[in-house]
Amino acid sequence: MLSAGLGTIFWTSVAFLSVLFLLKKMAWGPILKSLKEREDFIADSIKSAENANEQLSLMKADNEKLLAEARAEREKILKEARDMGEDIVAKAKKVSVEEQQRIMAKAKEEIENEKTAAIAELKTQVVSLSIQMAETLLKKEFENKEQQSKLVEDNLKTAALN
Amino acid sequence: MKLNLKLTEKEAITIKVSMIKNLFVILFTLFSSIIYASDDASHKSDTSASEGNHENHETKFDAGEFITHHIADAHEIHFFTLNEGTDHEKHFTIYLPVIVNTGSGLEMFSASHFYHNKHNVEVNGKHKHYFTYNDLVLFEEQIYKASGIEGIQFDEAGKITNQSLTDFSPTKSVIGLFLTGIILLLLFGSAAKKYKSRPNTAPKGLQNLLEPLVIFVRDDIAIPSIGKEHGHRFTPFLLTTFFFIWLANILGLVPFFGGFNIMGTLGVTLVLATLVFIITTINGKAYYWSHIFWPHGVPLPIKFILVPIEIVQIFMKPLVLMIRLTANITAGHIIILAFTCLVFIFGQQNVGAGYGVGVGSVLFMIFMYFIELLVVFLQAYVFTLLTALYFGAALEKPHH
Repeated sequence: MLSAGLGTIFWTSVAFLSVLFLLKKMAWGPILKSLKEREDFIADSIKSAENANEQLSLMKADNEKLLAEARAEREKILKEARDMGEDIVAKAKKVSVEEQQRIMAKAKEEIENEKTAAIAELKTQVVSLSIQMAETLLKKEFENKEQQSKLVEDNLKTAALN
Repeated sequence: MKLNLKLTEKEAITIKVSMIKNLFVILFTLFSSIIYASDDASHKSDTSASEGNHENHETKFDAGEFITHHIADAHEIHFFTLNEGTDHEKHFTIYLPVIVNTGSGLEMFSASHFYHNKHNVEVNGKHKHYFTYNDLVLFEEQIYKASGIEGIQFDEAGKITNQSLTDFSPTKSVIGLFLTGIILLLLFGSAAKKYKSRPNTAPKGLQNLLEPLVIFVRDDIAIPSIGKEHGHRFTPFLLTTFFFIWLANILGLVPFFGGFNIMGTLGVTLVLATLVFIITTINGKAYYWSHIFWPHGVPLPIKFILVPIEIVQIFMKPLVLMIRLTANITAGHIIILAFTCLVFIFGQQNVGAGYGVGVGSVLFMIFMYFIELLVVFLQAYVFTLLTALYFGAALEKPHH
């Protein structure tokens, strides 16, 4: 039962070797080749996907950086604008206060001038009025001689004292 | 220009394949007459002298002979018999061609000539049968030259003394092997076509079935054992070996399919082992041979012991491959057949006991079939893996 007949050996060799040859040509060659190709293809695809992903993340980082920069820029501009505005307001305030002070000073000066002028005018008026009154009074006084002489004398007395 | 060349090459292959297919068809139709006939008389045309013994033989169930007959290689593929033991016995059998060197050249005829001339003989108290055709005798599936009055002669030890003839017949195991090869070619040929027509796409249908197995052999057997450098070169051989053994073993498990015991036939595994031996020897690098004939780092006296062992091992390795595969597959068949025999042994004593034991036997057989399904894969895997390891050892480079 466990004998190895020559016929069996011969035919087995023929069968196995021809199947080995045919399978190698028809099946294993193409199958193994396309399996390898597919594996390489998949590996390549994964690699390129990874690359794309990396690039994408790089781009994203870039974008974020740009965005951050833009944001910072905006902040800066806004701050500058605010500062400028504040500056302008402050300056305006300062100018207006100065102007006001200047106007006030001018007004004061003018008032002072007017006042002086008015006082001077008043003085002249008072003088002329006093002169008029004095004239009138004098006219009345000097209607008699006696009184005149008396007055002169009085005046002389006071003058002599000075 | 290149494209054209490829096309013609492809065509040539298809032509080759169809030619081979045709050849097989012709082979079958020419030499194997499929007999669905009630050929009975011839089966019962026993010599009158052994008529009495014959009756006795029929009634007594011989488990040993039954099992031996089923696991042995044969010149016929027997599917089943209807009305066994009655006058209307019908054998569903394919008789294979017999090619034998009779000493005066090759002779070729259908094995039906043998199987229709059955004779019984008693050898040392044991009932045996043999077949005759012209001056040829078929005893235990071996062909001898006829001698003596009955055509067959035995010595005192019960050994046949007839002159043995060289048998070139494609036996049952050979036909099973052809069948395995054809199935493999069709299966992987059509899968390969799909790979060609749909490159770089996910596998579909048949590819899904075969691809994991192909990748398993390549990535888990070939590459780890042989290494990346040479692994790819041996992958086709390992793939063929693996699928050949596996499919042949599976064919042997199919009931009513001739009961193939392909890898349980020593001649078949011998060829596989010889191929492994040849490939290992041819590819053996300097380091491999130096390891055998001058083991490194071993004292001189030990070398004298080691070297013969190593030399024996060169032959022992493939021999063990051969015996392991044959023994495992044959053992699996024997166990299943033994459970079948149990039913008949008990059935002969008492029909009720036969049915009773039958239930248990069938359950055990189902269990064994599942185990066998695992074993047939495992044996294919073990054979392929060890082959790959031997190739790997032959191609090993010295470690520095």
